[in-house]
Amino acid sequence: MSETLSARLSHLAVLEAESIHIIRETAAEFANPVMLYSIGKDSQVLLHLARKAFHPAPLPFPLLHVDTTWKFRAMYEFRDSFTAKHGLKLIVHQNKKALSEGINPFDHGSQKYTHAMKTQSLLEALSLHGFDAAFGGARRDEEKSRAKERVYSFRDRHGQWEPRKQRPELWNLYNGRIDAGESMRVFPLSNWTELDVWHYVLKERIPVVPLYFAAERPVVNRNGQWIMVDDERMRLRPGERPTPKRVRFRTLGCYPLSGAIESSAETVEDVITEMLEARVSERQGRLIDHDEEGSMELKKREGYF
Amino acid sequence: MTAALQLQDKKDLQRFLSEHYEKELLRLVVVGSVDDGKSTLIGRLLYECNGLFEDQVAAVKRASAGEEIDFSLFTDGLRAEREQGITIDVAYRYFSTRRRKVIVADTPGHLQYTRNMATGASTADAAVILVDARLGILPQTRRHAYIASLLGIPYLAVSINKMDLMDFDHGVYERLTTEFNAFARTLGFEQVRYFPISARGGDNITQPSARTPWHDGETLLGWLESLPHQRRLDGAALRFPVQYVLRPNLDYRGFAGQLASGTVRVGDEVVVFPSKRRTHIAAIDTFDGSLPEASAPSSVTLRLADEVDVSRGDMIAHAEQPPVALQDLEAMLVWFGEERLDTSRRYLVKHTSKYVPAHIEQVLWRKDLEALSEVPAESLSLNDIGKVRIVCKRPLICDPYQDNRKTGAFIVVDPLTNDTVAAGMILGAAGGQGEGETKSLISAEERRARLGQSGAVILLAGTPEVPESARRLERALFDQGRHVVTVRGDAEAALALAGAGLLAILYTPVPQARLALRDQLRGTGIPSVELDPTHDLERQVKQILDAQETTS
Repeated sequence: MSETLSARLSHLAVLEAESIHIIRETAAEFANPVMLYSIGKDSQVLLHLARKAFHPAPLPFPLLHVDTTWKFRAMYEFRDSFTAKHGLKLIVHQNKKALSEGINPFDHGSQKYTHAMKTQSLLEALSLHGFDAAFGGARRDEEKSRAKERVYSFRDRHGQWEPRKQRPELWNLYNGRIDAGESMRVFPLSNWTELDVWHYVLKERIPVVPLYFAAERPVVNRNGQWIMVDDERMRLRPGERPTPKRVRFRTLGCYPLSGAIESSAETVEDVITEMLEARVSERQGRLIDHDEEGSMELKKREGYF
Repeated sequence: MTAALQLQDKKDLQRFLSEHYEKELLRLVVVGSVDDGKSTLIGRLLYECNGLFEDQVAAVKRASAGEEIDFSLFTDGLRAEREQGITIDVAYRYFSTRRRKVIVADTPGHLQYTRNMATGASTADAAVILVDARLGILPQTRRHAYIASLLGIPYLAVSINKMDLMDFDHGVYERLTTEFNAFARTLGFEQVRYFPISARGGDNITQPSARTPWHDGETLLGWLESLPHQRRLDGAALRFPVQYVLRPNLDYRGFAGQLASGTVRVGDEVVVFPSKRRTHIAAIDTFDGSLPEASAPSSVTLRLADEVDVSRGDMIAHAEQPPVALQDLEAMLVWFGEERLDTSRRYLVKHTSKYVPAHIEQVLWRKDLEALSEVPAESLSLNDIGKVRIVCKRPLICDPYQDNRKTGAFIVVDPLTNDTVAAGMILGAAGGQGEGETKSLISAEERRARLGQSGAVILLAGTPEVPESARRLERALFDQGRHVVTVRGDAEAALALAGAGLLAILYTPVPQARLALRDQLRGTGIPSVELDPTHDLERQVKQILDAQETTS
């Protein structure tokens, strides 16, 4: 009897069970954990798993959105309605100093901008609230330097990642011990692939931001990427004129730095079909990954997620 | 190859998705020395099973010299890092076959191979060891096989690579497989599968090779797909380590965790360890509703029929197949620490969901990884494997590793650096000596009578002001005529003092460390009181004296 049952556990069910284990373990061992919420599909899946982990109790930790102020409008709308609907505690953090200095993705370049509005802002938020563990939705299949990321990723007092000091992870025994001021990034989706995430979104009917689905949107072509003009702050270059195009996004970030793809995929099924047919990695549309060779690794060492 | 997959309509997609959903997860570790062709093999598996994206393939095609794709470049991220001097134990890569989703633990190179391989092997269902056909079975190959057997990997394949450079000579292959087979039997592997391959040429990896007519035609991928999944080998004893107590309201008390092994059903009679309280399973809850039964490795929440006190670190099992409670135990250790094992020091053992302070009392022997013989040793250093005797402050509710890879495993943490310094596999109870060593000739009653009080630990929550609060509380209790001492951070010391009848005030300024201390105090049988140091002193003293009344 039990043989047939356990044999029926699909890989998605095994991944789900493993992720729930990691989330519960973190909540049990850390004094003040937080879940990073970036409003993307991975965040939605992570949050869904967390709700499963503690059901019928509410989440024992808040969500943290590190807000660059340059996210798509649809993302802010989704964030506010989703968290309100499910009664989730949300902390929104903006790097006020960088904002007052006028740091923006146009004048300062994606590197400086990302450092100030994401990396610095995240570290500021973590230390402001004294969070000792932060869940993130990163997956190892996303980018080369992620393949070696541990599930529990240790960060020193300055929030920095030191690849030489990673703790080996054996069985499902995670070592979460840290000293004052140090923290842990925890990645429960480490073993998921992009297909797993979309498949799970479909199976569990997890709501995601509509920007993942094709619609006519005003875009300009910049360096070979379709950039959506989401509001009046977009700085158009000479000759650029927003034109409507059927596009969608594979990853969501700050709108001036997120490349859209031409697509007619309007449902989760369509998205999966498209992904299977066009095997281009999702990170291709991420401008910040292409700043320089090994740039993700450098960002992570400084404290980026 | 999914890259060639053209989904004509929705039906195709539904079929693909239901197939994808039915796939089982298989964890594979691939090991080999630096030039055995490991990167090429993994690169080819990823490429041919479509674990790669087009832009990644295009980048590799550009970087490859000449017409042929250099498959080793797909796992290149690592190599660049090695040049920068960054050695990272294991990388994880993903691909799918028709039946399985495979997670590959890619254990790079010769650097720190023991630790790398142990890490990758700890979760693996199957291992592939690469042998260079030109070089034959090397000491390194034997070490890999030994570690695979030590970590209990059920299925082992040996791929004789670079057969193209040996003209696919059947004689060479026969000689190597016979030699390895004799050795594998000594390690207890019943069946090892052999493949004559060329990772560069793609022979017998995902496609049968015409160049090895003497081989039965099975490919490495075919083997991976056909392996009976070890999770099916059930009938295993129920082991449910309690991870988290869910208490959303007064009517609900659920014990959340992941089944380490076995199956649990509603109505089952179970025993909670270490208290050995018996009760029944009242419900198995999940977010998606209640279940009549659940099997490993599901994460579920159990509710019990009786109000039994259960906390994180406890284990729920069936009465007829109980785990063992071991305090003095023998184990195999793979040492990871930069510093040598120190038998005079205190370490922390993390086993299932709890940390237990422990001494590694004695190294019984060390494995000589060249000769694979047991040699006398005083200590273990980086990458050493040895048999040790460990004394834990509290019993581990466990099984021998060979019976259960989840409840028989532990890691060793250095409490000073917080580094994971060893992986451990439980062999069983330590024989003979040590029994009753810690028992005192003075009973708790005698101490209570002499001191006029019973011992207890008072734990103060972590705040920057806590040292000052602890001192004031100590003074106040002393003035009340109590025998009291203050201990910073060391739960073990506090427990020893409380065991001798004193009131031990235990504090730490680090909020997180308090959780660990609380964890160490639990289940010791010595009363402990947790106080908020921001409350006023009078209230604190009253709480302590009240607690003392009820226990004395």
